[in-house]
Order: sequence, then structure tokens, then C-alpha cells
Amino acid sequence: MITLLLILFPLVASLLLFFVKGQQVKNIALGAAIIEFAIAIFALSQFKQDASMQFVWNSAWVQSMGITFHVGIDGISMLLVLLTTFLVPVIILTSFKNEHKNPSAFYALILFMQMALIGVFVSLDGFLFYVFWELALLPIYFICLLWGGEDRARITFKFFVYTLAGSLFMLGGLIYLYLHTPGTHSFNIDAIYAAGRGMDVVHQGYVFWAMFIAFAIKMPIFPFHTWQPDTYTTAPTQGTMLLSGIMLKMGTFGLVRWLLPIAPLGVEHYANIAIGLAVIGIVYASCIAIVQKDFKRLIAYSSIAHVGLIAAGILSMNVQGVQGGMIQMLSHGVNVVGLFFIVDIIQRRTNTREIQSLGGIRNVNPQFAVLFLFILLGSVALPLTNGFVGEFLLLNGLFQHNAWIAAFAGLSVILGAVYMLRSYQSIMLGETNSITSSFAPLEKSEKVVLLIICAAVIAFGVFPKPLLDISGPAVDQLVQGVQAALGK
Amino acid sequence: MYPIVLLGLITTFVLNIFDWDTNKLYFKMVQFDNYAVAFTAVIIVIAFLWFIMAEGFFKEESNQTDYFALVLFSLVGAVIMVSYSNMAMLFLGIEILSIPMYILAGSNKTDISSNEAAFKYLIMGAFATGFLLFGIALIYGATGSFDLSGIAAAVTNGRAISSIFYVGVLLMLVGMAFKVSAAPFHFWAPDVYQGAPTVITAFMATIVKTAAFAAFLRLFSATFMSVSGTWMHVVWIMAALTLLVGNITAVMQSSTKRMLAYSSVAHAGYMLLALLAGNSYSNNAILFYAAAYSVGSIATFSIVNMITKSKGTDTVDSFNGLGKSNPLLAVVMTIALLSLAGIPPTAGFFAKYYIFTSAFVAGNVALVLIAIIASLIGVYYYFRIIIAMFFKHSSDETIAVESNHKLLLIVIAIAIIALGLMPDCIISLL
Repeated sequence: MITLLLILFPLVASLLLFFVKGQQVKNIALGAAIIEFAIAIFALSQFKQDASMQFVWNSAWVQSMGITFHVGIDGISMLLVLLTTFLVPVIILTSFKNEHKNPSAFYALILFMQMALIGVFVSLDGFLFYVFWELALLPIYFICLLWGGEDRARITFKFFVYTLAGSLFMLGGLIYLYLHTPGTHSFNIDAIYAAGRGMDVVHQGYVFWAMFIAFAIKMPIFPFHTWQPDTYTTAPTQGTMLLSGIMLKMGTFGLVRWLLPIAPLGVEHYANIAIGLAVIGIVYASCIAIVQKDFKRLIAYSSIAHVGLIAAGILSMNVQGVQGGMIQMLSHGVNVVGLFFIVDIIQRRTNTREIQSLGGIRNVNPQFAVLFLFILLGSVALPLTNGFVGEFLLLNGLFQHNAWIAAFAGLSVILGAVYMLRSYQSIMLGETNSITSSFAPLEKSEKVVLLIICAAVIAFGVFPKPLLDISGPAVDQLVQGVQAALGK
Repeated sequence: MYPIVLLGLITTFVLNIFDWDTNKLYFKMVQFDNYAVAFTAVIIVIAFLWFIMAEGFFKEESNQTDYFALVLFSLVGAVIMVSYSNMAMLFLGIEILSIPMYILAGSNKTDISSNEAAFKYLIMGAFATGFLLFGIALIYGATGSFDLSGIAAAVTNGRAISSIFYVGVLLMLVGMAFKVSAAPFHFWAPDVYQGAPTVITAFMATIVKTAAFAAFLRLFSATFMSVSGTWMHVVWIMAALTLLVGNITAVMQSSTKRMLAYSSVAHAGYMLLALLAGNSYSNNAILFYAAAYSVGSIATFSIVNMITKSKGTDTVDSFNGLGKSNPLLAVVMTIALLSLAGIPPTAGFFAKYYIFTSAFVAGNVALVLIAIIASLIGVYYYFRIIIAMFFKHSSDETIAVESNHKLLLIVIAIAIIALGLMPDCIISLL
């Protein structure tokens, strides 16, 4: 029941928001998002910390096709539901200083997107998963198209077609699995799992590629990343936050929930190619990030590097890798939203994102410099920040898979520090120039957002155990199932 | 006249529903099985929506009654086409449907392109009918029967069939392919669709297409299935060609009406996939696809019609800024286009999904891949209109929309989403 509420509440709120006039819609949207977060917290308080699927809601939908409206939350879903419900109010709050034209549609689309994202994370039916997956694409497309920057029509369209192409491959894979379920066929997640595991390595390989490409485009993993830097740069700040903070996790979540359990043999067979692509992406994106002039674009590339590590860890198919992936999804979501908000704050005050033309903001606004530094340290995974926990587990998992690949992927830590610290240096330190000398102090809403994010960065860096405990049992069970299917 | 027609359609719909599960056979000519009832119901609902959309078309004409009569005759033909059990009735149904359409396509008497459309449609249609009749004659020669069950029995009872039977099947295939505008027999469609008055184009793209596909499927899935080796490969190639030619050519059009004409050709390609699959999914797949596609098309053609009336042109640019000037039109158009493009949660998505499943079950994986690529191309041209509506700006004034049209568009938008969310109400019928 509570799962259904988590899906329906943002949907209803979004439909109502369309009819609210004026800028006050911000407050209503924020209120709705906070209520949604409260529902998620309530779900967490009722959540039993074991591997079982909880709050299950299962009702018939398209009976003749074996499609059900089957949703539920286990530890893996819980973390992502928490991430989504936590970030959406933060993202809405970041927009308080932006005057968007037609605000009711803007906020309605954000809440609609939240509905679809939660749907993706709680679906226990292949078809339902696909519908939510596609449903999440529509609002973000319109957010980017209507409120984005220069040349947005072309860029957002490329993004749409790219991800849609990936999704259609996944749909093909799902239909293929569906037709291998016994009897009158079913999209139930357990039936799909069984169908996938019943195949030999060749057929699991087909399923692997069909689904992996869809997930790889969404994340994105090299060489499917070409839509991402342009889209992130052009999208309005809140759109970029939704894309990078939450939507990208659909891909990594897809790996954990769908790909590993369905096609363990296929994953094992192609793991080195897939991990290889992810790791190449890490190094490649980091190198490009180093030479970026535009700070927003730099963070877009850094996101490719981070998500590559998450994917590589998950695909190594051991407990540390998958658990690290889960934690890093959360940390990356929080940190990247913080970084994009910092870009937004700087851009609104100076009308530029060019790293070289900025400088010396610390002298004008030390408070901002401190908050920025915390988020940045989380992003470069300094110990005692949230980024460290996930990155450590991921590299540990990857090391168990293959020490050489892990060593290569470990470069991301060094390169990440290079581009983040260098950009911090040239934006915040040094001489104050004419552009930055009039850098206005932080507004109240901006302070609140940055403090919330900094608090999350530190709290989960010092004390990550509660988060690890939520997903731990579910991840253990999942990895055991996968290892059993591999005959280990 | 107008209320009487609407009332008549409602009555027919109700009477039609009463025939459910009765499987009546009239004079060994027309069989009202569930297949016929379901397709008749879809056709009547679409016709009802179409009449509301076309109200202006009738009002403008001095001799309204003629036009009503022609359209209703055409509907009779459509109903016969979905329920025939005898080759003679198939032929009569097609002709009763087509002849009024030849006239209606030319009803814009002062417009040269409308005249051209009517003439082209007549010549091409007559040509196709020729093929069809020749095919019927050859099949009669080989089996000694016009009756569908008689022909099926003659084919399956093991007796050696004369080779002219196979020629007959292929000739009928050509004739039917003309009617559903499948490539390479689609060349008439874009010109006729563009030249005819927009409301008549909407009628052709929805009701005529649905009836033609129902007839096509009834003939080939039931009667000619046992000789599927003869025509399967041909239809395979036709489906692939239709998908690619329809979608790729649509990309290059600047006139939205012509773009929708090519998209209509492309949609025939998807339906051919289900026809080719020839399994338990096929009937439902085509029924659902026809319903989903027709509902979406009524909305798009109706909006194109309004745009053309107020701006005098139907290019993609004429949609610029519609999102600001007429949000209702823009939102309904977006939902309809998303449905045609096959994006969840619309009816068009489920229709495509169902077709893909039926093709997968039949083992036509390569064709599904072609269809997926074709769908992606389709997204390109449908989204051109969406981008124009919401992204580009123009100083054009708000288009005045009558309240009954507003209601129609809202109903259609709800129907598109409702069919997408609850497809069971149609796909569990057959």
C-alpha cells in the first residue's frame, strides 16, 4: 500500500499543479515533495532490515498478457527511493531563485518525473518496469526542451532518440525473456529471472547485450556517452540535476535488479568487455574533464567517470562491488546535485561558467568557498566523506575481479582530484577580478540547500553503517543467487 | 440531418453489440462472428468521432444530404468488408466502400489537387479491383467455390490444387496490398491523401484502412493460411519495404498532411507484421492497432484541419508557437503524436508492443528489428511537429476552436491514454 502511495502521490500532485497559477506554485511543489519524503521516511521506519521484498502491492493489469501491477520495496529499492525523495525537494528548492516562465508546468513535470523514477525503482514486473522507464523520459525531455539553453531542440532530441533506441533494445530483450517463461507467459520478475537463468550462455549473451546497451546509454558508459555532455550542459539546472542525480541511477539500478540476476552467465562471459568499456570511460572522461573550460561541462564529464566506476563495480558481481555500487549511487546523486547547484550559483552571479575567467571568489564570499569545498571533497572521495565509502568498496570489489583493471580504474581517484582541485583553485582562489568582485552573498534558500548537502556528505562519510545496513541483506541474497546460478 | 446520423450510429453500435457471441450466418454470404462484431464496433466508434470532427465539412456544402449518403454508403461497405464469408461479398464490400470515396476525394470541386486526387484514386482503385477480381476468378476456377470455408476445405482436403490457385492468391494479395497502401503498391496514397479534403483524408486513413486490414486478415489468416508458403515471403518483403519507405519518406515532407499520409503507409507496415505472424495474437493485434492508430489519426487530422483553415497552409512551420497560442490543441496533438510514435503510456505503445510480441512468437526477429529502426525514424518526424509547437515562436493569433471540437479532442486524449493503460478491454476480445 505504501509503495502505491509513493507512486500515486507525486502523480496526483503533478496533475493538480498544472492548474495552479503564478509563482506560488514553487511552494506547493516543495510542500508536495517534502510530504513525499516524509512518506519515504515512514516507509523506512516500517522497513524490516532483511532481504525480503516488503510493502508488496500486486494487482492484475493486462491479464491476457500476464502483466501485473506488481511493486514492492527491498533494501536495494529502499536506498533509491530514499535518494529520489530526498533529492526532489532539494532540487525544487534550488530553483527558488530562478524565475521560470510557465512555472506550473515546470514543477508539475518535475513531480511527474519523480513518480516515474520511483516506479522504475519499485517495479517487480518487467513490463511495468519498461513503462515507467519510458515514462521517466517524457518529462525530462520537455523540461530540457522548454527551459533549456542554446541549441536545445537539436541536443535534447538527440538525447531522446539515443535513449529511446536503447530502451527499444531492452524491450526486445524483455519480450524475448517473456516468451521463454512457462505456460501462458508472465512478466513477473521471478518468472523472468527463471527464464533468463534457464538459458545457455549464448542466449544469455543476447539478453545481456540487449539490456546492457539500454542501461549503458542511460548511465552513460563509453562509447554510448556522446549525448550526455551536451544534454547536461544545455538542460536547465534542475533538469541537469534530475538527469545526473537520479535518472542516471536507473541504468545502474537496472544492472543490479535486472541484468545480474537474469543473465549471470552472460554477464560473466562478457564481463571483461563491459567492465573494460566502463574503465576506459573512466579514464577517458577524466582526461577530457581536465581540459574543459566550462565548469558545467567539466562536471558532466566527471559524472561519466564516476558512473563508469559504479558500473564496473556492479559488473564484477561480488558483494563488495554491488554494495559499493549501491552506496556510490547515493553519494554520487547527492554530490553531483550539489556541484551543479554550485555551477548555478556562480553562473547566476557572474553570467559565466568559464573556469579561467573566474577567480578569487573566496575573498569575497568565504562562506560559499567552505561549503563548495565540502561538496568537492565528497566528490573526490576523501576519507570521512560520503564519496569515500562507495569508492573504496567499488575498487575493492573490482580488485577481487581483476587486480589490473582495478589498478587502472583507481586512476579515477587521482584524475578526479586533479580536475576538481584545479578548477576549485582557479574559480575560488587567487586574485579577485572584475567579474567576481561583486559576488553577492548567498540567499537563504541557497544556504539551506548547500547546508543540507554538506551535512549529507559528512554524515554518511563518518557514519555510513545505517545505509549499508539497509541494502546489505538484499545485496547479499542477490549476489548469492547469482553465484549459485554460476555454479560457484 | 446531422443529429439523426449520430443517433443512427449509436443505435447501430448497440444493435451490433447484441450480436456478440451469436455467430450469425446470413444467406451464407455474411457471417457475423465475434471478429466481425469487434471490428464493426471499432469502425462505428471511429465513424462517430469522425462525424463530430467533420461537422464543418458538411455545413459548408450546399447539398449536405448527398455527402451524408455517400459517407454512410461507405460505412456499409466497411462493415461488409469485416464480415464477409464469400468472395462476392468481399468484392461488393470493397466497391461499396470505394466508389463513394472516389467521389468524396474530389468533393473540393474548385481545387485542382482535389480533382487530381479523385481521379488518381479512381484509376488506381479500379486497377487494384481488376487484380482482385482476376484473383477471385482464378481461385474459383481452381476450387469451384466462392465461399471462404469452401475454398479452405478444397485447399486442405489433400486433393492436388491446380497451380492457377496460387496465381489467384498472389493476385488477390496485390489487390489487397493496394487497398491497405502497402509498399510497393502505396504510390497513390500520398497524392490522394494530400489532395482530398482533410476530413476525407482522415476517413480514408482510419476507417478505410481498418476495414481493408480486417478484410485482408480475414482472407489470409483463415482461408489461405494452409498455403502460407506461397505468400509469406512476399508479405515479409512488403512489410519491410512499407516500414522503411513509409517512415523514411515521411521524414522528408514539409507538409504535415503529406507527412501523415506517409506515416499512414508506415503504420500499414506494422499491421502487416501481425498479419504475417498468423498466430493467436494476430487478430487482437490488428484490432488493437487499428483502434489505437485510428483514434490518434482522428486527432492529428482534425488539428491539421484547424491549422490549415486558420493559417492557409499545413507546413510544419505553421505549428510554430501553438503551445503558447492554443495549449489545448498542442497538448492533444502531442499526446496523439506520442501515440503514433509508440511512446508509453499511450495506446500506440501497447499496440506496437503487441504487434512486436506476435511477430517475435512467429520467429520474425529480423522484421522486428527493422520495425524498431523504423519506429526510431518515426520519432524523428513526429517530434518535428512537437518541437515546432513548443520550441519555436510565432506571432500568430489564437485559433478559435468550437466547443464540440474541444470536447472531441479531450475525449480522444483521454481515450488514447486509457487504451494505453487498460488495453485488456480490447485485446481480450478475440
